Amino acid sequence: MDGEIAALPAERGPSAQAVTLTINGEPRPLRIEPRVSLLDALREHLGLTGSKKGCDQGTCGACTVWVDGRRALACLTLAVTCEGHEVTTIEGLSAGGELHPMQAAFIDKDAFQCGYCTPGQIMSAVALLDEGHAADDGQIREWMSGNICRCAAYPNIRAAIRAVRDAAGGE
Amino acid sequence: MIGKPLRRVEDLPLLLGTGRFAADISLPGQAHLRVVRSPVPHGMLRGVDGRKALSMPGVIGVWSAADLDLGPIGFRMVAFPGMLPYRQPVLAAERVRYVGEPVAIVLADDPYRAEDAADLVELDIESLPPVLDQLQEPAQFDDQNDTEALLHEDGYGDVGAAFAAAPHVVELTVTVGRHTGVPLECRGALADYRPGAGTLDFYGAAKVPHQNRLLLAGLLGLPPQLVVLREAHVGGGFGVRGEVYPEDVLVCWASRLLGRPVKWIEDRNEHLLAANHSRDQVHRIRAAVLADGYITAIDDEFWLDQGAYVRTHAAAVPTLTASMLPGPYQIPAYRVRGHVRLTNKTPAGTYRAPGRYEGTFARERLIDAVASSLGKPAMEIRLSNFISPDQMPYARPMSALGTDLEYDSGDYALLVGKAQARFGLAELEHGLAARRALGEAVGMGCAFFVEKSGLGPYEAVRISVDQSGHIDIITGAGSMGQGFETVITQICAQELGVRPETIRVLHGQTDQIEHAMGAFASRLTVMAGSATLIAAQALREKALAAAARMLEASPRDLELSDGAVRVAGDPDTGISLAQISEALRPDQAARWGLEPSLTADGWHTTDHMCYPYGLHIAVVRVDAGTGQVIAERLLVAYDVGRAVNPMLVEGQIVGGAAQGLGGALLEEFRYDDAGHPQCTTFMDYLLPTRAEMPPVDVLITEDAPSPRNPLGVKGAGEGGTTAMGAAIAAAIDAALGVPLGVKELPVHPEAALRLAKAARRESTSEPGGA
Repeated sequence: MDGEIAALPAERGPSAQAVTLTINGEPRPLRIEPRVSLLDALREHLGLTGSKKGCDQGTCGACTVWVDGRRALACLTLAVTCEGHEVTTIEGLSAGGELHPMQAAFIDKDAFQCGYCTPGQIMSAVALLDEGHAADDGQIREWMSGNICRCAAYPNIRAAIRAVRDAAGGE
Repeated sequence: MIGKPLRRVEDLPLLLGTGRFAADISLPGQAHLRVVRSPVPHGMLRGVDGRKALSMPGVIGVWSAADLDLGPIGFRMVAFPGMLPYRQPVLAAERVRYVGEPVAIVLADDPYRAEDAADLVELDIESLPPVLDQLQEPAQFDDQNDTEALLHEDGYGDVGAAFAAAPHVVELTVTVGRHTGVPLECRGALADYRPGAGTLDFYGAAKVPHQNRLLLAGLLGLPPQLVVLREAHVGGGFGVRGEVYPEDVLVCWASRLLGRPVKWIEDRNEHLLAANHSRDQVHRIRAAVLADGYITAIDDEFWLDQGAYVRTHAAAVPTLTASMLPGPYQIPAYRVRGHVRLTNKTPAGTYRAPGRYEGTFARERLIDAVASSLGKPAMEIRLSNFISPDQMPYARPMSALGTDLEYDSGDYALLVGKAQARFGLAELEHGLAARRALGEAVGMGCAFFVEKSGLGPYEAVRISVDQSGHIDIITGAGSMGQGFETVITQICAQELGVRPETIRVLHGQTDQIEHAMGAFASRLTVMAGSATLIAAQALREKALAAAARMLEASPRDLELSDGAVRVAGDPDTGISLAQISEALRPDQAARWGLEPSLTADGWHTTDHMCYPYGLHIAVVRVDAGTGQVIAERLLVAYDVGRAVNPMLVEGQIVGGAAQGLGGALLEEFRYDDAGHPQCTTFMDYLLPTRAEMPPVDVLITEDAPSPRNPLGVKGAGEGGTTAMGAAIAAAIDAALGVPLGVKELPVHPEAALRLAKAARRESTSEPGGA
């Protein structure tokens, strides 16, 4: 505050660097160039191909993951910036072989066809409930609008979100 | 089991993130391919300089057309010899013809490095003026040919006499814009040529692996059986994915050259420039009409913007446009002329309801024009022109996809009546009129259509039961993610009386079954479904015959249920399919005097398609300030003959309706005056999101089962899309009070504002209009 300049983080790259990411609760060391997106780090370097690349430009939502529990577009996030943060992917959602209630609801409500956008839809939908952004259909429409489904299973995705919301509310 | 909304059997991997789409598959030692694409719409290619790229670390090589010894990519569907000069080369050699055309390839050990290096490949191109309008007189394509690749003429009856005698002639010009399938998964391919073995494995195949195997093997000069195409999970097809594109050939060629696996994954920008575009037709259509509204003839001329080359679909879209345009109406005389013209845009192919979305838009707008000119309700015109049920099967003396155009069954008026009752259309219109009276621009529009489905000529299925009683169903037909495995499972489970969990459906692998057509033209349930039924019946006979020997009973006294054969009326005699399979082991079967293996094949063959039909209804509101058209509700009534799984049929219809809406209001590939594409990201090419997606009410009826297959089914893949553009156009007209206002899709906000303004001018200038 008193004219002090906060120390800038040390410059890294452009060559590959040692980085340790925390993915689904596990430390995962890897060597990547600083320009590698979180999505490519997951898919190409860690073998976690559940998160999908639909546009690589932050416009479709297929790569949605959580960073510290908040929704993030993995294609627009540099992997090195995730050091020290908790990254959760679709592979980390169902614990111990048990489907997350949202995954079960997606089956029950026929909430997808080709399944390509589905990991992103589910990561978004679960976060939506945690955020408190699923109170009504208007909220669901607005807060899920970043996840494109070309098969247009939108009405059934909404039904799945409602079902999980209502079941949780009824507990 | 058939007719029940069974939950999908293929869901789990897709939910857990363990699906295997093309980009998810990797092989040890794979190199990564990046395509260098033309940055200009039209020009002479004078040179390709890869020296800078070659100096980059990790770069394996740079290759251009001069290094390839490959012919152009051939046709898979309806082809005319005159179209051969317009095939696309694998890499452009002398001339580039659209922005995005492959010119060279870079291979590197890492995809980032391949992309960086591709940016350094220098292209020397001498620009030429582009052709950008299919209505422009044909220009020169090459030394021998002009840009009209095909003039397709068809029809029947005496059109001239009908027009000469007609008291009314109604005509109009309508346009459907350039848009396409845009699956959320971009394309991808991984080729693995094994030196020594001489085999080529290709991962990332879709739609028509067996057909593509022939094309690829032919181009590469390999025996087809040494080329194995492997379908993985498929992130949406919609007509676009699964055709043989230049990139598919290039990964195979490069893998053989390098003797190592080569992977190519398309990015979104490339997809919007490189994968097939579609639609983009202008129709000048006219009708000869009697005083009572009966249409005695239609005369249509259309111009299709084919883009820069004729790809694998050849003449499929123009011929389907022509033959399906008359739709549900009798139309005693018909003449059609379709101009397929090349421009300097991305080449075009099929997209969900190809030719029918466009032709239905032209025809149903024409019906609205006839109604408007006679002062009658459009539905009355439709009803008085429908082919009636007692005219079925109805042959129109034309052909569609090489088959005689003969509608198999249908009661169109019945469906209209059911839709009016189920959706309460009269009350709905009443409510909209009340809102209009209060100043809201709201309206409802309808459009009727006939679809085609179940294209032959064949599909094959093999069913085998192992010693645990587990059942594998093998077919070469592919899945595009539409629930195919579930439908096939249901048909087999019903016939064999087994639980769905005991069945696995294997598809789209060319080394598992010798012959297949594939997943297109809404044909899977009809063709692969019927073949499954036939194979299951054969397997059932085999199981009963074996059990008869084992139980020393007559096959006539036996029944198959719950996975076991029993003597009728004696529940204790059960002998399971697992036991029968064990008894039919090759070393055991001779003991019973039976053929080994509990396996059966089924073929379904047909010369004809089957023809579902439907009514689309749209309710829209036009925002007076912005011109935005908001779809409030979509209603679809559809006769599918018989629904194997109504939940999945409904999903197809809803998804198809959204894509029809996209083409009507949002999606368009625009080019600037110099031929540069303007829609190369999802920020410019607008897909329907949740925000634009209205509720869709679906009425599925089964009043006209198809007599042409043992299940009575018709296809459901495209019937959500076909007439949605026409229905939305009619709804906008109604909302703004402008008869035949919408003649062009998509309806952008500025177009809606222009129409609204025209409507206001009309109402104020009308003498005594107050």
